[in-house]
Amino acid sequence: MHVHFLDPYRSGQSPIHRLDARVKFVLTLAFILTAALTPPGAWPVYILLFALVLAVEIFSEIGVGFVLKRAMLAFFFILAALPVIFTIPGPALFHLPLGAWTLTASLPGVERFLSIAMKSWVSIQAAILLATTTTFPELMTAMRAVRIPRLLVAIFGLMWRYLFVLADEALRLMRARQARSGYAGQPGLKPGGSLAWRGRVAGGMVGNLFLRAFERSDRIYMAMLARGYDGEMRLEPLPDLSNRSWLVLLVSMGMLVVLLAFALLFWA
Amino acid sequence: MHHSIEIDNLSFAYPDGHPALRQVCLHIQPGEKVALVGPNGAGKSTLILHLNGILTGKGDICIAGLPVIKQNLGLVRARVGMVFQNPDDQLFSPTVYEDVAFGPLYQGLPVAEVKSRVAEALSVVNMLEYAQRVSHHLSMGEKKRIAIATVLSMRPEVLVLDEPTAGLDPRARRSLINLLDELPLTMLVSTHDMLMVRDLFPRTVIMDEGCIVADGPTGKLLQDEALLNTHGLEKP
Repeated sequence: MHVHFLDPYRSGQSPIHRLDARVKFVLTLAFILTAALTPPGAWPVYILLFALVLAVEIFSEIGVGFVLKRAMLAFFFILAALPVIFTIPGPALFHLPLGAWTLTASLPGVERFLSIAMKSWVSIQAAILLATTTTFPELMTAMRAVRIPRLLVAIFGLMWRYLFVLADEALRLMRARQARSGYAGQPGLKPGGSLAWRGRVAGGMVGNLFLRAFERSDRIYMAMLARGYDGEMRLEPLPDLSNRSWLVLLVSMGMLVVLLAFALLFWA
Repeated sequence: MHHSIEIDNLSFAYPDGHPALRQVCLHIQPGEKVALVGPNGAGKSTLILHLNGILTGKGDICIAGLPVIKQNLGLVRARVGMVFQNPDDQLFSPTVYEDVAFGPLYQGLPVAEVKSRVAEALSVVNMLEYAQRVSHHLSMGEKKRIAIATVLSMRPEVLVLDEPTAGLDPRARRSLINLLDELPLTMLVSTHDMLMVRDLFPRTVIMDEGCIVADGPTGKLLQDEALLNTHGLEKP
């Protein structure tokens, strides 16, 4: 009776799964950076970026549909970019009357918006691919390899470990509430209580969860101290990258650099 | 006359496909106190969560004559007092009073009735003076008693407890056993505490790998050392 749905990792034996996590991590960051730096309106480059991420999706054998469904997440980021349609000056495309104001959409504004949408969409796909084909411990190794502070990586690790404990605890709390949410079966009684009361109960549950998380963190810290923790994370040295990994890394990086240079040359 | 608990051919598998219950049949009469024992992972907790429809498997369950189906869940939950293993899960309100009042308030009972129910439930577990205390700061034994009071305030017909004596010191354990002994309710108690089983329950049900492997008078089952050993239990 545990919560499993939080872990995005899907096991597999594809070449993408077997690729060194450090290579995947660096390439994902480089891919997102390339997408971010590509000037607006560079449509052929966007299509190439999409083709690239699509190819990796097919190679990873996790299913293009799976990634695309999760990539719907990008929608919320895209919504935040909606105002650029109306704020960038340029030839008017259409008018949107909004009460006393009229919003005017400009052609460069629409172009910028579509570019941002496309960039977010391919970037989030790359991030999903990384999380789906790499286990979390491997990801943490990769973060260490690119010199993200060890303490920060350790905090990510603890968070990841106890997120599931917390989710399980929340599940049990809600179950206990459900078990006592009964109907008396007498006529004239309205079960469920008032909205304010239900809100207070939910607030109590959140407070309870917070207190327990807080106490648990104390106990964990004491258990760490008991095993000699002194505020410094000491970890085994990382193994060297294999020649094959270096090759994949350099070739892919080269590809992304060429793509970016091409985009900057023709559209910037 | 209906049974308090009637379970017929209940099977259940977790979403990952792992079967947790296979063709479980169990009938318990009103007022009967039954122990449910078996190794970890035998399906005891899973079975218990079926009694008020938190989990739903294939098969028929009736509580106090009411089929446990979607339309009846509210009524069923008012009749089954379920005490979870960890009292911290059960006590989610800021004060003891609010926790014990949760069930009656949810049912929409008038305030005066809620107050009298809380007082009644707390006095049954001898914790009346704790009403305004903060649940979080109580001892394990106190929390267990409050957790029982939170369901007694619903005036249930059946009391279901998961590992009630786990984590209690001998005195708290003894006083909890005495409390359970005095309560005139139908009881199904999942436990590893074989001494309590011997002292408190006339009838015992042994589960293993999702099946009921033995069901009979406690005295007789606890004499059968071969049976107990096969299912990872010890003779008290």
